[in-house]
Amino acid sequence: MSAPATTEAKLAAATAPASPPLAEKIKIKVDGREVEVPKMMPNWQGKLEPTTMLQACQIAGHEVPHYCYHPKLPVAGNCRMCLVEFGTPQMGPDRKPVLNQDGTPKVAKAVLPYEPSTCRGAIACATPISPGMEIYPNSAATKQMREAVLESLLINHPLDCSICDQAGECKLQEYSVEHGQSQSSFVEAKVHKPKAVDLGPRIVLDDERCILCTRCIRFTKDIAGDDALGIVNRGSYNTIAAWKPGAFDNNYTLNTVDICPVGALTSKDFRFQMRVWFMKETKSLCTSCGTGCNIIVGSREEKIYRYEPRQNDAVNACWMCDHGRLNYKWIGRGDRLKKCGVRGAGCGVTDSDWSTVLKGVSETLAKAPHGSTAIVASARQTNEELFLLKKLATKLGALTDSVPRTGQGDHLLVDEDKNPNSNGARLTGIAFTEMGINLPKIAEGIAAGRIKTLIVFGEDVTRHGLDPSLLARLDTLIVSDILPNRTTALAHYLLPGCAHAEKRGTFTNTKGRVQKFMKAVEAPGDARPEWEFLHELMHNVTGQNGFSTIEGLFNQMAAEVPGFAGLEWAKLGETGVTVQI
Amino acid sequence: MPQEHRLILKHADQSGYTPDLECYLRHGGYESLKKVLALAPRDLPEGKKLSPQEQVREDVKTSGLRGRGGAGFSAGIKWSLVDRKSGKPIYLICNADESEPGTFKDRQIIHKDPHQLLEGMIISCWANDVKLAYIYIRGEMPHGAKLLNTAIAEARAKNFLGKNILGSGYDLEIYVHRGAGSYICGEETGLIESLEGKRAYPRIKPPYFPAVLGLYMCPTIVNNVETLCAVKHIVAMGASEYAKLGTPNNTGTRIVSLSGDVRRPGYFEIEVGKVTIGELINDPAFGGGLRDGRKLKAIIPGGSSSKILKAGETFKLNRKGSDGQMAKVDVPLLDLPYDFDSLMAAGTMSGSGAIIVLDDTRNIVDCLANIAEFYAHESCGQCTPCREGSLWMSKALHRLTHGHGRKADADYLLHIAQNIQGRTICAFGEACAWPVLSYVNKFKDDFEAKGAGDEAKAAVTKH
Repeated sequence: MSAPATTEAKLAAATAPASPPLAEKIKIKVDGREVEVPKMMPNWQGKLEPTTMLQACQIAGHEVPHYCYHPKLPVAGNCRMCLVEFGTPQMGPDRKPVLNQDGTPKVAKAVLPYEPSTCRGAIACATPISPGMEIYPNSAATKQMREAVLESLLINHPLDCSICDQAGECKLQEYSVEHGQSQSSFVEAKVHKPKAVDLGPRIVLDDERCILCTRCIRFTKDIAGDDALGIVNRGSYNTIAAWKPGAFDNNYTLNTVDICPVGALTSKDFRFQMRVWFMKETKSLCTSCGTGCNIIVGSREEKIYRYEPRQNDAVNACWMCDHGRLNYKWIGRGDRLKKCGVRGAGCGVTDSDWSTVLKGVSETLAKAPHGSTAIVASARQTNEELFLLKKLATKLGALTDSVPRTGQGDHLLVDEDKNPNSNGARLTGIAFTEMGINLPKIAEGIAAGRIKTLIVFGEDVTRHGLDPSLLARLDTLIVSDILPNRTTALAHYLLPGCAHAEKRGTFTNTKGRVQKFMKAVEAPGDARPEWEFLHELMHNVTGQNGFSTIEGLFNQMAAEVPGFAGLEWAKLGETGVTVQI
Repeated sequence: MPQEHRLILKHADQSGYTPDLECYLRHGGYESLKKVLALAPRDLPEGKKLSPQEQVREDVKTSGLRGRGGAGFSAGIKWSLVDRKSGKPIYLICNADESEPGTFKDRQIIHKDPHQLLEGMIISCWANDVKLAYIYIRGEMPHGAKLLNTAIAEARAKNFLGKNILGSGYDLEIYVHRGAGSYICGEETGLIESLEGKRAYPRIKPPYFPAVLGLYMCPTIVNNVETLCAVKHIVAMGASEYAKLGTPNNTGTRIVSLSGDVRRPGYFEIEVGKVTIGELINDPAFGGGLRDGRKLKAIIPGGSSSKILKAGETFKLNRKGSDGQMAKVDVPLLDLPYDFDSLMAAGTMSGSGAIIVLDDTRNIVDCLANIAEFYAHESCGQCTPCREGSLWMSKALHRLTHGHGRKADADYLLHIAQNIQGRTICAFGEACAWPVLSYVNKFKDDFEAKGAGDEAKAAVTKH
């Protein structure tokens, strides 16, 4: 995908860590309290610009309500929800500040030039602060302006919250309760606009719910780099539309559903599936490529309903791609491996239990001569799991590797590396700079009879040069996976594992960001997190005891693996830490 | 006797005067351009020099010229705000989108004397180091666009435009851009967006002041057709002579578009402030009075968006008394001098210089419904108060004029309008709110009577 350079630059800037606050500060008053705020602050691209009233109020602990403003989008200033009353030091004819009797500078509230008895509000999102300015985010005039904007936004709104997917996470609902009135004076007929518009393959638009904040247009044009959306018609009849019906089809369309403050844009995948207030939100990561976009998993009763991006300015800002977002359904597939399995003589794999399987595997590995084992571990496993597998490999003198998985990247978030943890595999020593370089050696070792035992984690090795006839020559094939495939069908010992959403752990993304994820749902059947049973296996085979908590295991890994030196689980925070790669 | 003072329209209506270059040259055309190109740097006392361009910019400032488009902002100050240090090109745009209802002055210039506009533009561009300028002409004026393009071709052929103009080393190109028909394209930042090929959504200010971040994010001057023509006359007559025309702070001449219930509607060029509203309506040289048996009801003094003035109103104006002291004096409506400051003191504006006269046969509720419908249709819909409020007011007025009114509708309309003015991105908020606020406030009885009448009828039908 060829990318407009400007978009790339913009995202790079937008995802750059916030610049340290500059020394130069301005003293202003917010709601009567003096605060010192930086003169300049990062704008939506991370570039320093004069601090706005909205940013200053945020620092002072006052959230100014807003619809069109989004910290990662260019400022539009169209919703007028953030209008605030303000004042500036009054200047005398001699250009010197006019003083009150007590010697303090006199502040003149901004008024309409043609009607000096009426407040002239300023949009906090776009108005820079100046020394001595006073902002009144809670004054009667400010409240009246908010009430009026809300009344205007609601006169043509269908008020169909009871059937609207946005209900529960709708800014129109929230601000109406917080800043609006219970009644409207509107007695006219409402404007009717298109309903259930098929904007693109993943998005449905209800134009009547739309408040025309243009967040979706700005995101699509300025972040995604696709000028697909615009406004047609005029005035109150303004309508969001794709340039051609159904043409809203880039890999980032679903972000517009997240940033739509109301229920106008809905995801075809998620709409009508689950009320948002029933869902549990779990901080997690997207596993569809090496970028490691931070996400929130929305689930209820062990079923995942959606992924949403979670802000991390060092990785994905506030965005994620549609492909990654929708790539969650395999987790709930009916054919998930739910039982341990043991291959009997000539009768295929039969269901078993953990104690039997782990005992069998432990005994096999304990007996295995040094160098007669190989391990293929997936770069979709966590750092902790790969660390344990590497320890096992060292004990067994095993050849190890992972399976490379590459595809197309793009200008924004999608990485060419389709494994979420290639760098984790490299840092733990399971794989090497050129991932997969050992796979032919392993195949050769099996063919030559040197390798008698193969441990496979999370890969169908029959698709990567180890075909079934080769696997048939092994004495023991130990396989852990999530879904059935040709390799699991040939396993002597089958260990059902967990999707990332069913366990905790960390991944290391393409840029070396070590990030943790939390458990959203329970694994099906007997499936267990791999690090848990690997820990048991390790104990059985090496006699070493390790940590039986993920926190302890991570910290042990950080102590032993140079690439992770200095890291601590507790210090990863919610957005991770970058290591040298 | 009040008289027209034709400066810009001096030749326009003379018989035999044609819009071609030859005719313009016969009438002294492009002499002012030659004059500025021949200017030498002027020495200043401190040993500094004032470049010829700076001299013209100074002249426009001292002439007191105020923008003729609507806001009446000082043209000289507007030019002085241009960011000349950015290193980016400076653009000049002639706003020929004349779309305020009641206004028909710019098209007289464009249709009858297009070279005068070009000369004014070329001088203004030269004075501001502009190398590329645009005339943004209203889409509904195709003939004007054609005439301007012809005039540009003629001027280019004679080297008044193009490379190395008249051997001065100065290059300039002017292009005509036709709008697609929208009131908001007359708002300067909406115009700039439209010129850039986008939807004419006015920009937020700050940060997008055209003088700094205008066309293609470069410093840009946007001036009205009449304003640019006045620049030519400032150069021709000298700034101080020009400033003697009109009244202090309201200098020069301006073309008034007079329409509505007068015997002689039309355009009249007057010295600003030297003619009163009463004279404009009643004097035989101007409107010639109302039709027989009609009485004045109200006037809309500066285009449809200006606040209405009711017959019989008096206003407090600052006047110099016989003792030479300034004092507040009561001035009746018809004695209001037609200038920027007097109308502002009367709580309204001279706007685009368009006076619409309403006599006593007019139903004020119908008039407002008409205007509100126009503004509801023309709101660009970018920002909430205007987008929702303009149609809301229009719907209420439609209801009121179609037999479904309520006595409370007067206050209802005021409530809506009060929540629009001063809260929008551009002055369109005022443009749609001011008629409602002023008509309803000044003619509240008419509105309440209409609503109450409808309610009474509805009550009867119910029984």
